[in-house]
Amino acid sequence: MTFVERGRLLDEGEIRRSVTRIAHEILERNKGAGRLVLIGIAARGDDLARRLAAEIDRIEGVEVPVGALDITFYRDDIGLRGEAPEVHETSIDLDITGTTVVLVDDVLFTGRTVRAAMDALVDFGRPRAIQLAVLVDRGHRELPIRADFVGKNVPTRRDEDVVVRLKEVDGEDAVVVGERGEKELEPA
Amino acid sequence: MIKHLLSIDQLDREAIVRILDTAESFREVGTRVIKKVPALRGRTVVNLFYENSTRTRISFEIAAKRLSADVINFATAGSSVAKGESLKDTALTLQAMGADAIVIRHSSSGAPLTLSRWVTASVLNAGDGTHEHPTQALLDLFTIREHFASFEGLRVAVVGDVRHSRVARSLTLGVARVGGQVTLVGPPTLIPPEAPAWGAEVSYDLDAVLPKADVCYMLRVQRERQRQQFFPSIREYSRLWGLSRARVDALPDGALIMHPGPMNRGVEIASDVADLPRSVITDQVTNGIAVRMSLLYLMLGGARVANHVLAADAEGAPGE
Repeated sequence: MTFVERGRLLDEGEIRRSVTRIAHEILERNKGAGRLVLIGIAARGDDLARRLAAEIDRIEGVEVPVGALDITFYRDDIGLRGEAPEVHETSIDLDITGTTVVLVDDVLFTGRTVRAAMDALVDFGRPRAIQLAVLVDRGHRELPIRADFVGKNVPTRRDEDVVVRLKEVDGEDAVVVGERGEKELEPA
Repeated sequence: MIKHLLSIDQLDREAIVRILDTAESFREVGTRVIKKVPALRGRTVVNLFYENSTRTRISFEIAAKRLSADVINFATAGSSVAKGESLKDTALTLQAMGADAIVIRHSSSGAPLTLSRWVTASVLNAGDGTHEHPTQALLDLFTIREHFASFEGLRVAVVGDVRHSRVARSLTLGVARVGGQVTLVGPPTLIPPEAPAWGAEVSYDLDAVLPKADVCYMLRVQRERQRQQFFPSIREYSRLWGLSRARVDALPDGALIMHPGPMNRGVEIASDVADLPRSVITDQVTNGIAVRMSLLYLMLGGARVANHVLAADAEGAPGE
């Protein structure tokens, strides 16, 4: 798969400030960090969740539990794509029942990932509430889903692609917009 | 991913690693309170067992159910097969009922391959005669990988009734594929002459092999498949080829003891040896579910292709 970069939406400093602001907003909305759990959607949402937790620790002095959630098995397009989608790690080592879960993802687009994540979450327990934090909201929702905390709203074309790069996996912090070459569908 | 899993030989190193990596995620699913994900909702998996099996059938059944697939167990005793139905007619019947995958165990080597030529469903070999048992080899590799950083140069001793063991053949091919080295050990009567062609070394001296083994894999003595006398007595076999406490002490530190089950305690493995901490026999069972979930997911989780396309495909190369 090819990716042609067309422009930068956020640089390292802007990502850092967005994460800091979202951390403040989460604390403000929930009146502190008690009963709060951050669960990042793999890949990259889990890294963002860890950054948010570090910020919340810095601001409030509270260590918020962090988990990682892979939503592959809950996708609504299994059996429609050429190959079975690649699987990431899930690690939720605590009981989320009664907690406020903040789902963290890098890009909010159609909303289907978040739908799958909510389905997956309720198999782990019954949170008191689920909130959604994303670094970039690029629009084009296909489901009635909105984010509670947004780093940056970016108008995009549907056929464009927004890619978040994080130091933890990609070696740099940046949000870029570009176009993805069509991947050929191979028969299973 | 492959359409049918008939032999471990179909898988290159990359495919094996992908299957094992995906199985890691499924093992995590097995630790959840709700051990079920909706990945294969609406798919139908048929267990077609022409030979008795408890653990493999149950393992496949649990694997499919944890993926939310519907599972049909077709035990041949008391079924249309007992009334004389052929494998082909049974297969076509299952096909007509809309099976997406058929897990087959058969006493005839090659039955899964033959089956794969008749049906559009994915065929998974759950053991065919003395030929292969690829899912067992994959779960063994998964279990070994939990304890060793790399397969490269890993020395696996496979001990006992190699001649009648489909597990030995699949495991030997699998270990060789990922970079390890297998030594087949047993009485000359129970080591098939073609064994070196599988990429294995052969030894008739267990006590010489043990000090150099990272994994000691004991095979079940398959008395039900032995049509002639291959060794004088069970007692002698146990003394010469059984894994006793003294032999365990000859293994290097950190070496694993494995067995595909069901065990004949006191024959190929001493009862107290089977329960040692370095014996990972129950881990093999647990991991079997995760590995079979991984296979079903990777083989059935791709796009459904229209039946007539696959039928045309199946004419050519059933094994892919």
